[in-house]
Amino acid sequence: MKAIYGLYTEGTAAQRAVDHLRAAGVADTDITILSPEPREDLAFSHMHAPTYMWWFACLGGLIGCATAIALVYITETSWPLVVGGLPIVAWWPNLIIMFELTMLGAIAATVITLVVSGGLARTRQGIYDPEVSSGSILVGVERPALAAIAAYEQALSTTPGARIKKI
Amino acid sequence: MSSVGTMQPVPDQVRADLLRPLLRTSWKFYSLVLILGAIVVAALAAWATQMTLGFGISGIRWPIYWGFYVTNFVFWIGISHAGTLISAILRLVNAGWRRPVTRCAEVITAFALMIGAMFPIIHLGRPWLAFWLFPYPSERMIWPNFRSPLVWDFFAINTYLTGSVLFLFLPMIPDFAVVRDRATGMRRRIYGALALGWRGTPTQWHRLETAMQIMAVAIIPVAVSVHTIVSFDFSMAPVPLWQSTIFGPYFVAGAIFSGIAGLIIAMALLRRFLHLERYLHPVHFQNLGKLLLMMALLWGYFVFNERLVTYYGNRVSDMQVFWRTQRLTFAPLYWTMVGCNFVLPLVIMGISRFRTITGCVIASIGVVIGMWLERFLIIVPALGHKYLPYSFGVYRPQPVEIVITIGTFAAMALLYVLFAKFVPIISMWELTAVQHPGPALIPPATAEHPLGETHA
Repeated sequence: MKAIYGLYTEGTAAQRAVDHLRAAGVADTDITILSPEPREDLAFSHMHAPTYMWWFACLGGLIGCATAIALVYITETSWPLVVGGLPIVAWWPNLIIMFELTMLGAIAATVITLVVSGGLARTRQGIYDPEVSSGSILVGVERPALAAIAAYEQALSTTPGARIKKI
Repeated sequence: MSSVGTMQPVPDQVRADLLRPLLRTSWKFYSLVLILGAIVVAALAAWATQMTLGFGISGIRWPIYWGFYVTNFVFWIGISHAGTLISAILRLVNAGWRRPVTRCAEVITAFALMIGAMFPIIHLGRPWLAFWLFPYPSERMIWPNFRSPLVWDFFAINTYLTGSVLFLFLPMIPDFAVVRDRATGMRRRIYGALALGWRGTPTQWHRLETAMQIMAVAIIPVAVSVHTIVSFDFSMAPVPLWQSTIFGPYFVAGAIFSGIAGLIIAMALLRRFLHLERYLHPVHFQNLGKLLLMMALLWGYFVFNERLVTYYGNRVSDMQVFWRTQRLTFAPLYWTMVGCNFVLPLVIMGISRFRTITGCVIASIGVVIGMWLERFLIIVPALGHKYLPYSFGVYRPQPVEIVITIGTFAAMALLYVLFAKFVPIISMWELTAVQHPGPALIPPATAEHPLGETHA
């Protein structure tokens, strides 16, 4: 069996299902929860690892800045044209290029971190049910141990209105 | 059909309303695309004619080398400030009323930047040599000159365009997943690819919201830098009335001003033609109308500063251009600009009774016209009246320039119509998320609470 999961129309029902799965001995990392929108009001929305996205954005900015310094310095010293009486390496105008590439680096790093840490654009995805995009919340366990399926099914179905599916 | 308050539709209603334009196509859509497409084709034909017959068929000639094309460039880059900048600011301050507005706004940025960035290429005359402008070492041994504001433009506009497209795209991913689950065949494959395998795990939601916060922080200074750098194209040149330290903030304020006006017009059209009355409430227009009023005052303040300092400086060359715009050749255009950018929004937006959707649209149309005139009046009078009489000249726009200018407005409308056809124009998940407000989440605007404050 690939997975067992329940679909819930109410967020509180989904939260209860999560709590029952925890009580049945399932680790947080093994519980799959899919919701059609962020549910900041429920505890399960905080079941995720902390992110270092801000730090990666800073790192991307530093790389962008270093690239800009290298680009302007190497270019200007390789072809040392005097323009408008300014120095060959004129840092005031160069600051503009450095600023733009710093921000571009930060933006690029943020997007890359989102794609990688959010598990996007992967060829193998976990369980999914199109009803999630219609408003249901999915709570389930992937690749459950055969001996534990009955317990998981009971944990998921103790909430009224739950629709249990096995795939 | 409300679950919270009296004005918020339930999630099913949200999805049905916002997916309707994607799933059904009426004859009105085809007619509109046909009309706008024909105008765009006419503009492309005009451009092709200019390339074939030479730049001489335009009105751009010595001493006025910048005419309609550079006016349009500055104007569209200004309009682009409608979206990402406003959206980022509202996102950072967690303004509850922003949710139905942000995507409408961000789209304007992406398309206006693309159109604006076309004009330096059109202005080249020989666009197939545009790559000569790109900053890369080449066998011509003319390496990029980082002391030129035109190279700064290249970096600033490309950074802003990249950031804006990503800022627009990231919150669309969950909505693409919704469309993917309802589509079939080729559409399903396309939307599936755009959704990047989105499932909606708590980790994905958290990462997406964190990414949007970081992007908002990064994009605001970039947006400010873009129009500051566009102003440097002028203020770095020794031309009367151009070399001014006030040009950076003056241009940024003007850009935000015209951007808000463009956003109001776009929202009003979307509301009317896509029947989004449930989502784009009068209160959204009132809030944007107040921003428009504030920017009109700021614009007036900058113009007063610029004019007063020039007047007291009393330099001969500056004063000649000054009087040409105040009293002589360009006076009708100048005072029309003041009327459109200051008097009209002040009267309509300043009196709350007039701050209706129609009032906001009328004021915004005035501002768009006024801001286009402002760009024109910065460029042409100064270039046509530099220091010595031998460099005085007259600019007369030719049909090719007028057709291309009209074509860009049609191109903007066409791109916007196509976008609204293929992508939900309002972020569905952001609208439905407010049905379940967390501790830090602020409800959206209502008639009673226009700023969307928490109201217990």
